[in-house]
Amino acid sequence: MSVPSTVQREIGIADCRADFPALAQEVNGYPLVYLDNAASAQAPTDVIDEVARYQREDHANVHRGVHTLSQRATEIYEGARDAIRRLINAAERREIIYTRGTTESINLVAQSYCRPRLEAGDAIVISHLEHHSNIVPWQIVCEQTGAELRVAPIDERGQVQAEQLIGMLDERVRLLAITHVSNVLGTVVPVRELIDAAHGRDIPVLVDGAQAVPHMPVDVRALGADFYAFSGHKMFGPTGIGVLYGKEALLDAMPPYQGGGAMILEVSFEGTTFNELPYKFEAGTPNISGAAGLGAAVGYLESVGLDRIERHVHDLLRYMMQRLGEVEGIRLIGTASEKASVQSFLLGDIHPHDLGTIVDHQGIAIRTGHHCAMPLMDFYGVPGTARASLAFYNNADDVDRLVDSLEKAREIFGA
Amino acid sequence: MSQSGITNEELRELYKELILDHARSPRHFGKLPDATHTAEGINMLCGDKLKLYLRIGPEDRIDDARFEGSGCAISVASASLLTDTVIGMQTRDALRFFETLVDRLGGPSAANEADADAAIDLGKLRALEGVREFPSRIKCATLAWHALSSAIHERTRPATTE
Repeated sequence: MSVPSTVQREIGIADCRADFPALAQEVNGYPLVYLDNAASAQAPTDVIDEVARYQREDHANVHRGVHTLSQRATEIYEGARDAIRRLINAAERREIIYTRGTTESINLVAQSYCRPRLEAGDAIVISHLEHHSNIVPWQIVCEQTGAELRVAPIDERGQVQAEQLIGMLDERVRLLAITHVSNVLGTVVPVRELIDAAHGRDIPVLVDGAQAVPHMPVDVRALGADFYAFSGHKMFGPTGIGVLYGKEALLDAMPPYQGGGAMILEVSFEGTTFNELPYKFEAGTPNISGAAGLGAAVGYLESVGLDRIERHVHDLLRYMMQRLGEVEGIRLIGTASEKASVQSFLLGDIHPHDLGTIVDHQGIAIRTGHHCAMPLMDFYGVPGTARASLAFYNNADDVDRLVDSLEKAREIFGA
Repeated sequence: MSQSGITNEELRELYKELILDHARSPRHFGKLPDATHTAEGINMLCGDKLKLYLRIGPEDRIDDARFEGSGCAISVASASLLTDTVIGMQTRDALRFFETLVDRLGGPSAANEADADAAIDLGKLRALEGVREFPSRIKCATLAWHALSSAIHERTRPATTE
């Protein structure tokens, strides 16, 4: 088939590939094709260098010293927070809480927002699409409080059944927690519409944005999200740093998640006065080098342009779906009308784990297994899938190489 | 793993015909209604999940063995080969097979130690030795064997390869 025009070496995007040193290596004798971006994306030189530069020149603890290095470290740490605020169009910098990643962001909301509010008989609504990190924290808080976890169904294509979800939002529901983009199927969930419906019933909404922020412009105010969680390492930054965006009024009313240094104004053994936002939620010495790298990643993404990234990833995904669809014996899992980055599939009766080994032999990195979404595997009646996930640095050659490697798998297995 | 990465020969060695045959047509597949010992094996990495059934007679002889579950070609073939191997065997001999196999699949360095235990001829289980070049797949090959050890020792928790 023909390659969509924007997938062809669009100059800016093709040039970007050279910014990612990890992509320039050979694996098992072949040039690396990295299609495991939904698990973790590679970092550009800007990020790698900024982390190293920070450690080499500016490292000290933040918010604690009057000396020069401490001030520099604080400027970098807080500068990255400003960059993140701008990226997602939050109103205030104090609405940006640093966490270890999406998982910790969601746990923070479960324990600090939900736990004090939930009573036996209350409910939290999620969807069948969710990653374990947007299931288990709610199960834990429901266990702690006697609340009920309700799961909205999806259809065979992997689309949340919006009407049924909205039908679940009754007066007992205290929170809707929903993914923006499915990590397994790539489904883009119409979160804006769901948030509007939830707000119509005064139900706040947490959006798991881990798979959205790397691939599209996200505007938390346009969406109306009350909480929005994402991870640094999936958006070309370092691991161990992530973000919880929360509306100021909600964050203000929440107790701290962890106690320790930095989250207090005054401590005596009789009691403690908690610090202002966002520091109330940032106990202990934070991941300063991670914030430095995340700030660099935001700067890099803005320089490439998220509109352009979204267009390229969208067109390349369409090309990948078409090419994969031509492979004999393939079953595409996740065929929603709105998708980003991700395609899951099975090939004949070859177990995904065997597929992963065979394509790795040809230098191609894909994820195989349950993708931390076992309920979704049960829905499709499969033990796992193979999953190829794109980033803007991927191109049509990468997709062609994947398709060729699947032919090799069919040959070995006689499928 | 070899310095230059995985070669085509190594890939063929992993998926040799005997392995593919047992993966496609696993022997002794299904429940064993009169099992005396059972154990589950779970490989968290790739979601392999199998249940092993043994009927152990009064003389500690494994009179019958079956398994069910789902997994990759390597784990299913390994379980199939296991049942083929241990039926008719004394439990202590089956456990020696388990120990020898786990040792030999432990990676390239384990090859040297294999001679030390020359008393055990792994026979067609040698077909599993291809995993030595694929560290991420060793757990697939040993999962059923860990379940065997658990079943014989009557442990109640599912076996893992950790």
